Amino acid sequence: MAEEKDKDIVLLSHGDGGLLTHQLLQDFFLRYFKNDLLDSLTDAAVFSSEPGRMAISTDAFVVDPVFFPGGDIGKLAVCGTINDLAVSGAQPLYLTASFVIEEGFPFADLEKIIASMANTCRVAGVQIIAGDTKVVGRGQADKVYITTTGVGYLLPGANLGYQRLEPGDKVLVNGCLGNHGLAILLQREALGLDSQIISDCAPLSIMTTEILKRFKGIKLMRDLTRGGLATNAKEIAMSSGVDFWLDEAALPVEDSVKGITELLGLDPLYLANEGKFLIVVAAEEAGELLRYLREDWSAEYACQIGDIQAGKGNVYLRTALGGARQLNMMAGAPLPRIC
Amino acid sequence: MLNKLRDPELGKRILSKLVPLAREAARLLGRPAIFMEVCGTHTMAIARSGLRSLLAGSLELRSGPGCPVCVTDQGDIDKVIALAAARHDLVIGTFGDMLRVPGTNSSLEQERARGARVEIFYSPAEAVTFAAGHPRDEVVFLGVGFETTAPAVALSVAAARSRDLKNYSVLSFHKTVPTVLEILLSDPELKIDGLILPGHVCTVTGRKAFDFVSTKFNVPAVVAGFEPVDLMEAAYLLLKQIVSGRAETVNGYPRLVREEGNNKAKEIMKEYFKPVDVQWRGFGMVPQSGLALQERFSLYDAAVKFPVEVSESPPPRGCACGDVLKGKIVSSDCPLFARKCTPLQPVGPCMVSTEGACAAYYQYEWSKTGSRGNIGG
Repeated sequence: MAEEKDKDIVLLSHGDGGLLTHQLLQDFFLRYFKNDLLDSLTDAAVFSSEPGRMAISTDAFVVDPVFFPGGDIGKLAVCGTINDLAVSGAQPLYLTASFVIEEGFPFADLEKIIASMANTCRVAGVQIIAGDTKVVGRGQADKVYITTTGVGYLLPGANLGYQRLEPGDKVLVNGCLGNHGLAILLQREALGLDSQIISDCAPLSIMTTEILKRFKGIKLMRDLTRGGLATNAKEIAMSSGVDFWLDEAALPVEDSVKGITELLGLDPLYLANEGKFLIVVAAEEAGELLRYLREDWSAEYACQIGDIQAGKGNVYLRTALGGARQLNMMAGAPLPRIC
Repeated sequence: MLNKLRDPELGKRILSKLVPLAREAARLLGRPAIFMEVCGTHTMAIARSGLRSLLAGSLELRSGPGCPVCVTDQGDIDKVIALAAARHDLVIGTFGDMLRVPGTNSSLEQERARGARVEIFYSPAEAVTFAAGHPRDEVVFLGVGFETTAPAVALSVAAARSRDLKNYSVLSFHKTVPTVLEILLSDPELKIDGLILPGHVCTVTGRKAFDFVSTKFNVPAVVAGFEPVDLMEAAYLLLKQIVSGRAETVNGYPRLVREEGNNKAKEIMKEYFKPVDVQWRGFGMVPQSGLALQERFSLYDAAVKFPVEVSESPPPRGCACGDVLKGKIVSSDCPLFARKCTPLQPVGPCMVSTEGACAAYYQYEWSKTGSRGNIGG
């Protein structure tokens, strides 16, 4: 039995499958993730699905620090998997969540993370229906790792694919770029910069479901996580064999993000986002889609950032001066420069 | 002010004057003029603004020895890596750029994976704060940089002294720019029609420190800031000199650079450092162009506290970083470029540093699938 002084932290015995594990499940996970499928605590969650194609995605989240301006590892673990399904044209239904917790992790922090996950699931209309908890010794993990797996059904009208991209298509994003990556970096490195950079971490599935229903000209979507806009655009260009031409002047980046990245020698186009996605849409629907995002979804910084041209899989940036430069994939983590 | 300098309309207006002047200079020279920028941040600014593509055919911009990571000698890199590998009880503090620079057999990143303690700091002051907060750790800060960085590193030693820290030291690989430019300009093979001088360095040294470029070598030079408009103005001022047959060292960055520079920064450099002969990658030994800590600060000198000997290794076979740094070739002329040497598997430092010529060229201007160097659309 845990001693009184250890009641506020996770112990190795919370992971041994006995009474303390049971307590952990009841007091935290089941309390926040309450739903009929999970509450039955059977070995597998059994559910029915609608006829049609399903989508499944899984991701592990190991972010440091676990709390950051605009979110935490729990919110990230829910948004990350939901968004992967969302940009694939799927309506997410259920998630599973697996936790690896370091011995000594405070219950107060664990509760904040679980509450945040539950809240994000509620906003996105998904449920966590199965899970797992492991506790490892101090130093064998860094605070907490979360793996989420999500399933959803593909929207019947969604027809997304690299092969659909053709010259003349327009490229849109739903808002400002680089906030999540910079928010994490600033927290992690304790730079002493008095900044208010907030992560854009958010679930996208409700928005993507609606736009896919309304705009049949949407040909591809991609959430702009690791590697940022540049790396993701390059991946799409290479897979589809067309060129992207992006306009530097049109790219939405907050002034504070621009200023700090310049100071540090980083490029916001390579920083991760957790609530931003790129849309390739047929030219005739681009204007109406942009208006819909801005007015009906309050995505005030949604922008048309460029177009697709025939080519060989390159991404070009038209600079403000009228020159051009290439965007390639990110090589290694972004690192600050010397001077 | 900055917004004005970033105004694309102003940039386009300057460009409309620049291009005809560049053509006139090319007519006089019998080929497009070649200007060298001597600052890694200029290299990145040129690449990111697409300036090279706008000037293609009428003016050539070429990188020089302006990236402090790139000019760090292979032997010095090997020393740091050997220290990190041998002494897991030390914390090696470094700017991010140095992490992936390959030594002969390893890199700091690889040694970190094998158990070495390597911390990335954004400033030397941050390294001192870390040392103060970790009294049981011995922190060795890698002093890599030019006149821009050296005063801040000197101040970090001053801060460590005033806090009576015994666990902070500096491994100084600092270098000074004017001396290496003398070597470069004395090279009979070099064909450079003008120098774009490093604005950050000149804020410390002052414009006058580079007068020799025009007086001794008869090469026009302009100190430049870092906005695209600054660089275009510098190119314009250089072209005007070529067309009128003059060679002067002009201050094109008067909002920050003074004739005499920053005396306070120069004094603190002089107090803490002394000039020494050092090896530069691609240049070999350049007399009195390095900065070592003065003997009276040997308590803070990692070269004294933790001496390391490494055997001399030749640069990697085929690596042309030296010729790139001298402006003799452009990155894509290197036989390893984008084949054996990529940002993920760099052979030389020019492909690693965020200010490196090859990294800039690879990242922004080169295409595997398209034609090289021609991205004007």
